[in-house]
Amino acid sequence: MVRAIIHGLDWLVRQVSRGRHALRKQTILKVGLAIVLLFVLVTVFGQYEWFTPYSPTLYRDAPRLEGPSSVHWMGTDQLQRDVFSRIISGGKASLVVAFCAVALSMSVGSVLGWISGFTGGYLDRGLSLTMDAIYSFPSTVLAIVLVAMLGAGLGPMIWAVGFVYIPTYFRVTRAEVLRVRETPYIEAVRAIGAGNVRIVLRHVAPNTVNAIMAVSSFNLADAILTVAALSFLGFGLPPPAPDWGFDIQNGQKFLQSGSWWLITFPGLMIITLSLGFGLVGEGISDLVNPKRKRKKV
Amino acid sequence: MGGLPRYIVQRLLLTVPMLLILLTAVFLILRVMPGDPVRAVLGGRNVSPQLIAEYRHKMGIDRPIPVQYVEYISRVFRGDFGESFSTFKPVLSELFHYFPATLELALCSLLFASLFGFCTGVLAATRADRPLDHVVRVFHIGSFAVPIFWLGLMLQVIFAVKLGWFPVATRLGGQVQYVFQSRTGLYLLDALLSGNIQWIVDVLKHLALPAITLGFAQAGLIGRISRASMLEVLDADYITTARAKGLSERIVVLSHALRNALIPIVTVFGLEFAILMGGAVLTETVFSWPGVGSYLVRAIEGRDWWAIQGSVVFIALFISVINLIVDLLYSLIDPRVRY
Repeated sequence: MVRAIIHGLDWLVRQVSRGRHALRKQTILKVGLAIVLLFVLVTVFGQYEWFTPYSPTLYRDAPRLEGPSSVHWMGTDQLQRDVFSRIISGGKASLVVAFCAVALSMSVGSVLGWISGFTGGYLDRGLSLTMDAIYSFPSTVLAIVLVAMLGAGLGPMIWAVGFVYIPTYFRVTRAEVLRVRETPYIEAVRAIGAGNVRIVLRHVAPNTVNAIMAVSSFNLADAILTVAALSFLGFGLPPPAPDWGFDIQNGQKFLQSGSWWLITFPGLMIITLSLGFGLVGEGISDLVNPKRKRKKV
Repeated sequence: MGGLPRYIVQRLLLTVPMLLILLTAVFLILRVMPGDPVRAVLGGRNVSPQLIAEYRHKMGIDRPIPVQYVEYISRVFRGDFGESFSTFKPVLSELFHYFPATLELALCSLLFASLFGFCTGVLAATRADRPLDHVVRVFHIGSFAVPIFWLGLMLQVIFAVKLGWFPVATRLGGQVQYVFQSRTGLYLLDALLSGNIQWIVDVLKHLALPAITLGFAQAGLIGRISRASMLEVLDADYITTARAKGLSERIVVLSHALRNALIPIVTVFGLEFAILMGGAVLTETVFSWPGVGSYLVRAIEGRDWWAIQGSVVFIALFISVINLIVDLLYSLIDPRVRY
């Protein structure tokens, strides 16, 4: 009797602490999702003139290169444009390229990972070696060179950034497939007489989705930074369009005169958005990999 | 041959296919992808077909792709990286000229990242789940989200423009730049060897901001890994034994746990270097640092075909060598690793 009570109490304590733990971890996920959602909404509405306090692209009768004030919250740039207005509409390139590029590398990388991991043999070895070679090369440099070859703009940036991240998904899915492939239920499905394509699509692939989801949010956080770097180097949208990375490059010219607001605010936007995706990644990792929780990485 | 020498040879042999794949990838990216290098070089508008044909022939891209490929690979293995379009010097010698600056920057930032990251990580681990731990973890996660070029510019604004503590850019300043003599290309080493205090101070002042900029994100990564690995080590039985013997926490942490906690960190060094090279391109651009990264950016801006290809191959080679060194370093730190 006493034993049963102790067991019951023990169970209760564990459940409560686990629930509290899970909730605390989900806060991270919620905060991350909130940030990302907010940025997406602001950027979408920011494309319309009525949403921004001033026009982000037109030269107005605002003062030139003036610091933050009650009229222009984040100051103005050398072409008499309102920095705040430019910032809330300047996330288009980052978000569009990051989402499209990650979708591209996710689909290509995962499919290659499934095929490679499931079939094994020479194909697997060749693909793994190729992917490792690309993976070992600095992704920023690769993205810059690719964009330089493809030309500036949204499309080339999507291809370049998307290509760079393919090995990331390949490695993750391949590792998962290798794990799943040896489980008894795959053997059972095979015994029933299912074909390879069916096994991969119906029974192996779904098991890799969790890992892919976690990786993709971290990947989005990284992609935001890569896109910003490409825009900073001048491979992004053509000039009058507002863009965080490009605006930072523009602000660099007025750095010596101490115009800190031109650089600071676009940078803070990039950081917050990237952090938002990072937090979503942390949250998802904790959800799909409960062991991680206890290790408190 | 047995043990370590044999392993080195094996590793070197393994680098060959890896390198071939990288070289092939570079080749395919530069040749097969859209974008005509000749038009890029000549500016694209109003160029006569004769001139284009002449340049195509000069660059060797009028031949079939397989022929180009074989020629390209053999040239790379002979150490012939072609000639720069803008400076008319061999690309390889230019890369060797710029490389020490990048190496110096990368090593200094790695030093900063390791010290800073490891200290904060260990500090957080020994105070797990207390306020300091939370602060450090927020920093570790947040550091990934900071764009490297933005951090560099902010440091410039605060510490160079507003406070005037450090120079804004380049490697040398004041009168030192006219009298400084470099033998190795690694200015810090040169300054230390010369024993000239003024030189050392000047070089260090110029190095500080770029090294911190480049090392910042790495510090977060190393800190995160150190914290996790330290927590794991502190959980081990032999640490409990050490504590049970009555040793002070200080000795347990410093002389029992630290070395083992180092192992996972060394394994990421190879990866770190790859990321560092990527960051170096941006850091060097922001700080006008005359290294391989800014050379590559200039080459891209000037559509300098051979210089772009050469830089990419050079970086690939460098990463392969670093990965080999890191693998060997691993065996020095962890005696359980045998080859």
